[in-house]
Amino acid sequence: MPTTDQDILQKYSDQEYEFGFETRVEMEILPPGLNEETVRFISAKKEEPEWLLQWRLKGLEHFRRLSQEMPEWQNFKLPHIDFQAISYYAAPKKRKLNSLDEVDPEILATFEKLGIPLEEQKVLAGVAVDAVMDSVSVKTTFQEKLREKGIIFCSMGEAIKNHPDLVKKYLGSVVPYSDNVFAALNAAVFSDGSFCYVPKGVRCPMELSTYFRINASNTGQFERTLIIAEEGAYVSYLEGCTAPKRDENQLHAAVVELIALDHAEIKYSTVQNWFPGDKNGNGGVFNFVTKRGICKGPHSKISWTQVETGSAITWKYPSVILQGDYSVGEFYSVAMTRNHQIADTGTKMIHLGKHTRSRIISKGISAGYSQNSYRGQVRVGPRADYARNFTQCDSLLLGDKCGAHTFPYIDCQNPTAILEHEATTSKIAEDQIFYLNQRGLDTEKAVALIVNGYAREVLNNLPMEFAVEAQKLLAISLDGSVG
Amino acid sequence: MLQIKNLQASVNGEPILKGVDLEVKAGEIHAIMGPNGSGKSTLASVLAGNELYEVTGGEVWFEGKNLLEMAPEIRAREGLFMAFQYPVEIPGVSNINFLKTALAEIREHRGLPPLSAKEFMQRLKEKQELVEFNASLVNRSLNEGFSGGEKKRNEILQLAMLEPKLAILDETDSGLDIDALRIVANGVNKLRSKDNAFIIITHYQRLLQYIIPDYVHVLYDGRIIKSGTKELAYELEEKGYDWIKESVQASLS
Repeated sequence: MPTTDQDILQKYSDQEYEFGFETRVEMEILPPGLNEETVRFISAKKEEPEWLLQWRLKGLEHFRRLSQEMPEWQNFKLPHIDFQAISYYAAPKKRKLNSLDEVDPEILATFEKLGIPLEEQKVLAGVAVDAVMDSVSVKTTFQEKLREKGIIFCSMGEAIKNHPDLVKKYLGSVVPYSDNVFAALNAAVFSDGSFCYVPKGVRCPMELSTYFRINASNTGQFERTLIIAEEGAYVSYLEGCTAPKRDENQLHAAVVELIALDHAEIKYSTVQNWFPGDKNGNGGVFNFVTKRGICKGPHSKISWTQVETGSAITWKYPSVILQGDYSVGEFYSVAMTRNHQIADTGTKMIHLGKHTRSRIISKGISAGYSQNSYRGQVRVGPRADYARNFTQCDSLLLGDKCGAHTFPYIDCQNPTAILEHEATTSKIAEDQIFYLNQRGLDTEKAVALIVNGYAREVLNNLPMEFAVEAQKLLAISLDGSVG
Repeated sequence: MLQIKNLQASVNGEPILKGVDLEVKAGEIHAIMGPNGSGKSTLASVLAGNELYEVTGGEVWFEGKNLLEMAPEIRAREGLFMAFQYPVEIPGVSNINFLKTALAEIREHRGLPPLSAKEFMQRLKEKQELVEFNASLVNRSLNEGFSGGEKKRNEILQLAMLEPKLAILDETDSGLDIDALRIVANGVNKLRSKDNAFIIITHYQRLLQYIIPDYVHVLYDGRIIKSGTKELAYELEEKGYDWIKESVQASLS
């Protein structure tokens, strides 16, 4: 690892939300409001084909229906969201860029502050970055290198223009526009996002990475990501997020769809650190995301790994539909909440094929006044002979004012299936902290070390660059939440 | 190095230490013996700064500084080390990462830069050999799934790595078989120097067959009631603690 745990703990202990700055870039913003005109405007602005406009309009129709009755099953009260008060389109004015010199220096400076240089450092690190600043891709790197292998990695907007057949075939095939209210909203107004296609037999030679950044006041962010791995292909995709500090709530409703064909493997890793609101629970991002993958072919594999530390509310259940025989689904999650944050997160593993296997490792860490829920569903269909699932969900409580909740649903329709569920709830013991104190670590560092140890099993599944970042995020100030 | 003057401490309002006096100089090994419940482990915990114990009187000076005013981590960084009677397990935190973190913390306090990865590994290798520590254990999670003996030896490895000025061994011999006992004792003997000091807290005399103390003190009912040289330990082994208790009670009445 380039940095030791020590450095990380040092640097990140006792920090407020570090990425709370905003970039002044000229924006082209649509006035608030959501109707057919809005959708048509977005579609026209992006020069989209007619079929996509129609698809978006269906999304709008479903959104109108679904938003009549907002979901109530989650373990928190959904705050009222005035969808008419949100602006659904914002794009940096300067658009077509030939080189890095043309990128707005402020945007570049923002990425620098975030520690995400677009240039040589990423080349050295072997990461291709499709940087998304608000709605439009600012810059895409490594295109050439990937193109040599036949891999397509570009913004969704470009994919719609250059690869319409692929987009048309797969868009909405895993998360349809009728799926849920936020997915419907996304279908109607999605701005941009990332598209990745790995052809048959190709192993993507580098980690693909996208950094999202919500950056326009009062503008929701509606990313749409689509990743397709053809037969025998492999791809690892990283998604990392930070957002500038804001007073008003920001809505984020992204959709991610993964499609793995025969013997293909997709690994999708997320580190989420959006603005969580202040210490009193004001502000912060509402993160309502729909992520789902399908293991379409036999022996395919989809693995979700997530480290969720930000957002005022996280509502997110990255799932896998195990359709192909012998396919594998994995979900590794660390969700950390503090102050007044709410996380309701987990996964669904839908076993349809024979000999399908799934593994769920969820680690919740709650501090302050936060509420942290694991919600998971394991479903075994009647034809899924010999399906297997192992679920482990652990909760760690820091302090006595937070909550940890577990909602595991199991629905098994095949007698040959084997399902295991383990759950623990624990607190950091005083004697653990004292032991580390006695070896020279102050209490904050001791807690950070213990928390990182607790999350180790999940962090180990992250690619190296991300593992370091994730450790930093977990080592954030836990002042007053212990002892 | 260490001056303890009339130290008094209680747990949950109950007085345990009732006026302990002790002076430890560099280069010395002091053994503190005593029957169960006499306050031996309380003394170790108070010196290490465990907040479960309340200091109700007296003073403690460590290298000329007021030890009782320091947070536990500062005491550690100043060079006070306690080998725990019951070392805790910390799942997911590798032994090696923990050692690196602790060492960097202590070195920083002393104005030294952290060791490079190479220097650290070199030092770890040397110390592992010195205390005969199984190399595979350093990559495991801290004490997790270690046997009782392995945990105690891990304490000695940490002692070797962190190079404290004063090491307090709190019943390190309890639960050790004769081979582990010998290994732990050998480790301590190799680590002792004219610049450091040890306080060895033990119920039995057997560890003192391997680590020869300069002084032996008997703690009873929260006070040091008798001090002597290593012969005192032999005498205690022979006659038992009742002999001391009786002589104390006789002198009181």
